[in-house]
Amino acid sequence: MTDFAGWLMPLRYASETSEHNAVRTAAGLFDLSHMGEFFVSGAGAATALDYALTGEPSALRPGRARYTMICAEDGGILDDLIVYRLAEDEFLVVANAANATVVGAALSERAVGRDALVSDRTDDYALIAIQGPRSAGILAPLTTANLAEVKYYASYPAQVAGRQVLLARTGYTGEDGFELFARPSDAEFLWAQLSVAGADDGLIPAGLAARDTLRLEAGMPLYGNELSADLTPFDAGLGRVVKLDKSGDFVGRAALTERANRAPERQLIGLICKSRRVPRHGYDVLWEGEPCGSVTSGAPSPTLGVPIAMAYVRPQVAAAAAELAARDHAAGERSDGSRDGAASTGLAVDVRGRAEPATLVELPFYRRPA
Amino acid sequence: MTVPTELYYTPEHEWIAISGSTASVGITDHAQRALGDVVFVSVPAAGSRVSAGEPCGEVESTKSVSDLYSPVDGEVTEINPEIDDDPGLVNSDPYGAGWLFKVLLDETDGDVPPGLLSAAEYAALTKEDE
Repeated sequence: MTDFAGWLMPLRYASETSEHNAVRTAAGLFDLSHMGEFFVSGAGAATALDYALTGEPSALRPGRARYTMICAEDGGILDDLIVYRLAEDEFLVVANAANATVVGAALSERAVGRDALVSDRTDDYALIAIQGPRSAGILAPLTTANLAEVKYYASYPAQVAGRQVLLARTGYTGEDGFELFARPSDAEFLWAQLSVAGADDGLIPAGLAARDTLRLEAGMPLYGNELSADLTPFDAGLGRVVKLDKSGDFVGRAALTERANRAPERQLIGLICKSRRVPRHGYDVLWEGEPCGSVTSGAPSPTLGVPIAMAYVRPQVAAAAAELAARDHAAGERSDGSRDGAASTGLAVDVRGRAEPATLVELPFYRRPA
Repeated sequence: MTVPTELYYTPEHEWIAISGSTASVGITDHAQRALGDVVFVSVPAAGSRVSAGEPCGEVESTKSVSDLYSPVDGEVTEINPEIDDDPGLVNSDPYGAGWLFKVLLDETDGDVPPGLLSAAEYAALTKEDE
């Protein structure tokens, strides 16, 4: 167990590698009750959220959801969020546990005078996620919802094992899957019902460690690693979440407009290491032997069998490393994966004092089979 | 957590089995649990010298990396040939098939090398962590 933003959570239930693999090939069950849930309701809810967030929740149809961000006036990212439009005048905003207090305060402040009420309902909801290719098959017999009609990034009020939940087809693993917002008093029962229903299909409980390697393989950013108040969505390569063309002002508009029109100072890249030593958060990335950036997340990838990492590097380095990777790819690497003088030429990560050669790859590292 | 009574231990969570002038070294059940799934172990090469308390390798797991410290002075005579292909042995059988390397001890007067903990001492130490 580990302390995660004040919540006592399991890093792993048994083996994080088995948990990771279960989500890729069968299904995994996650307890995500630590996530912050905020309801924004009232006639001005949509307008208030358009002002508070970088996205345009007013353009969502009821029942649909969107990945978005909340920024400070200077464009710095306060958190990344999923916004669910539950009804014309009601939205659910799901925030990271570590940022929930900041998000709640910002939403409340930004709703003032906009005919919208923000309420922190974190303690009213448990959140259970079932993720993986067999999720739908396991869940279908237990629910009143017709899962064939539940689109990706959509949510429906539904019953699961007779208990009322908000059922959403969202997740943080790169797989198909569902998230169940349930009453805390129903959570243990739902967990047990899903565990039993999925046992024959290989469903097992999965902890924070597997959640982290799954999202990393899927190229999804983690607040505190790829995202921070010192970075804008554009730095993270997520400028698409900033709707500069929406009508009306929003917090951060001026700074983000300026940022959108300026050449980036850094670029988020994906790396695959050639040795088995693993790049970790904070390690220097080297180009031609010189520091050119920093690893934001790194882990041994259970799916690929090699160490992978995301890192911020200077854009010129990202371009040169991409060119080098394309050239290596075209030439065909030697069977031992080495290149001449690989430690001093090209891309590497300083893994505790030793330069480990790396190759730039396009994100994500893993894409689920169509 | 298991702590076999016939072994010696270090505060850095290595175990040592002494047989004559040879010490076999691995990491403890407590260590492998704390690390999580081990994906790569680097051990000192056969023939190299190791010194007690000095880093001589590293253990990579999904979530972290830890230095491996030599618990004794001597020369590495053998490394576990299975561990490179199957580092998960450290998790599944830390005191058996997951052994890491063997050292020919410098001092072979029959005494236990200095600074090592008994099973009871190690168990007490790790209890404080919990």
